Amino acid sequence: MIQNREAFLANVASRLSRTKVLTERPERNWNYRPQDKTLTDKTQDELVDILRDQCRLIHTELIETDSAALPNVLAEAVAAYGGGPLAIWQDPRYEAFGLREKLQSWPKQGIDVHEWNPSIGYDNISIVEKSNIGITFSDITLAESGTVVLFSGEGKGRTVSLLPNKYIALIPKSTIVPRMTQAAQQISKQVQEGKSIASCINFITGPSNSADIEMNLVVGVHGPVKAAYIVIDDK
Amino acid sequence: MAMKIGNEKFKDNVNKQMEDTFMRGAVAGAQERLRTRRLDAAEELGNWEEWRSHGEEIRQHTLDHLDYYLQELSENLQKRGGHVFFAATAEEANDYVKGIVKEKRAKKILKAKSMVTEEIGLNAVLEQEGCDVIETDLGEYILQLDDHDPPSHIVTPALHKNKEQIKDVFAEKLEYKQTSEPEELALHAREKLRQEFLQADIGITGCNFAIAESGSVGLVTNEGNAGMVSDLPDTQICVMGMERIVPTFEEFEVLVGLLTRSAVGQKLTSYITALTGPRTAGEVDGPSEFHLVIVDNGRSGILGTEFQSVLQCIRCAACINVCPVYRHIGGHSYNSIYPGPIGAVLTPLLGGYDDFKELPYASTLCAACTDACPVKIPLHQLLHRHRQVIVEKEGRAPISEKMAMKAFGIGASSNPLYAAGSKVASSVMKPFTKDETISKGPGPLKAWTEIRDFPAPNKERFRDWFKQHQKESGKA
Ligand code: SF4
Repeated sequence: MIQNREAFLANVASRLSRTKVLTERPERNWNYRPQDKTLTDKTQDELVDILRDQCRLIHTELIETDSAALPNVLAEAVAAYGGGPLAIWQDPRYEAFGLREKLQSWPKQGIDVHEWNPSIGYDNISIVEKSNIGITFSDITLAESGTVVLFSGEGKGRTVSLLPNKYIALIPKSTIVPRMTQAAQQISKQVQEGKSIASCINFITGPSNSADIEMNLVVGVHGPVKAAYIVIDDK
Repeated sequence: MAMKIGNEKFKDNVNKQMEDTFMRGAVAGAQERLRTRRLDAAEELGNWEEWRSHGEEIRQHTLDHLDYYLQELSENLQKRGGHVFFAATAEEANDYVKGIVKEKRAKKILKAKSMVTEEIGLNAVLEQEGCDVIETDLGEYILQLDDHDPPSHIVTPALHKNKEQIKDVFAEKLEYKQTSEPEELALHAREKLRQEFLQADIGITGCNFAIAESGSVGLVTNEGNAGMVSDLPDTQICVMGMERIVPTFEEFEVLVGLLTRSAVGQKLTSYITALTGPRTAGEVDGPSEFHLVIVDNGRSGILGTEFQSVLQCIRCAACINVCPVYRHIGGHSYNSIYPGPIGAVLTPLLGGYDDFKELPYASTLCAACTDACPVKIPLHQLLHRHRQVIVEKEGRAPISEKMAMKAFGIGASSNPLYAAGSKVASSVMKPFTKDETISKGPGPLKAWTEIRDFPAPNKERFRDWFKQHQKESGKA
């Protein structure tokens, strides 16, 4: 429902010296496009270097591995963060990256794994809230800022990356792009093609933090207090 | 309360604030740190001027076509199942939100930092309805606990408080027993607020930039509280100033980068979220109902005028962080939720000259604000223009020469004007005298006396006044 629009916009239009509301999309002829030449000449390996450097600034551990070693590397990262309970998405990528076995064996070792399950509704949130670590894949990864971009969806609960104490992002190397520019272009393209975009697109850069107390940086406020990225060579 | 944060006169406010030495030290330190971080972040990006120019052209284009983009935004959000309410006034906006609260019989309402809800005084309205309204941004939370102490800065609102004071507030209101270490304080707030998040009926957020092409609302935070507020309650209400919009994700990206670098010197903050309507079929978290309230409240009166460029503002506070007058008098002196140079320009436009005609004089017209602004708003020129308008309207300037001098001159030897003009600098002033934009060039004293319509003191009279002032304060 849209309320009060007509009078409101008529007033705006008249303030802009128009007799009626503009209905034709205005041309956007920018004189400047600095984003086209910022980091656009980097190779995928150079982008990993940039990401690695940036992670040091955002209090985030960066671990590099390949698909074969991933299950053990992830297990180590989980152990380093104090083990379960774990919360994950319902996402075919865990299987595609060879993690099914690990996910099945963890509970036998006393590490609970909750896979997001739309059919149990709000209970997901109660379980995720009590989890120690949330683990998701990154849909797009921004090298410059050290950001993982997550698209919400049926199996991809928003809170998996937000409510647990710690967060681990699995980053296929192929998802790495130079900066937010490229992610914005991908999303805008979806919109222009008439595809529906995720109801929540999260750009997450390291653990949560605040500088509200005497300008001192405190890492870990409402979201996770620690974050690690695992970059997977998926060539 | 709304935009005005007290009933004191500008000069009384300034006098009171000047007595708070911690506040002044904190402001100076924070300004310096934020300013340095911004400069580092800009330098690291390279071609900063080009980014600023792009930011400026995006904001100008959007304002020039605001009717189109608001129409597009509302259409697209409606397609995604969201509700859009256009509010011409603060009352209309508050009434709409109140209506939802009643319909939902909501008791607990969570908020993530939003200037515009402060501006329209939404909290008071909801509290009158018997709701428990909880601010979730750490700085806002601290202020709210401390019996609604007003914010003093638009990015770090509790800037005027030190950690001991914060500890005392926590001890009194939350039975906090630990130390004044920021980590421990933050952890305590985290635990307290986590329970609130899980029980809230309605989440209210602001909007950094809405995205017209998709009907999305973009939120920029560091703490993750906006995520909590938008993911957990079943009803979400987002309140936006009508000018906070961009055409597409591509422009969103540019402005977010300018905002995060200018506000906190980060490439991106920890959480940037683009929300598009309510949760979709099959999704579990996120609201089932999504409302967007688009607020005019005096903004359209600025459109199409010589002050239009102030609507380009992205609320980064860079202008505040370089302002020598803000440094000197602190955020509360402005008596508005929008302090500093942006506040001195915007507040009289939104709140009227009657209440705020002194504010355009809270500037040395040194242009540091204009140089810092990531979207190139000519702030010092707009301040100058305000003064001309006021003099034209009233036939004279609203504050006497002595008053204006006093406002900036208290603490005489550390007065930026005096220090820069006479090469006297106290320890408080030192970082600033290094600031090229302030100490070089013709100098603020000169710029100031050159403004004709301002009752500018000639040098003799300034010295006389200064001597007199020193006598009065027992320093001569
Ligand atoms: S006026 Fe410019 S510098 Fe000041 S808050 Fe707005 S955008 Fe930032």
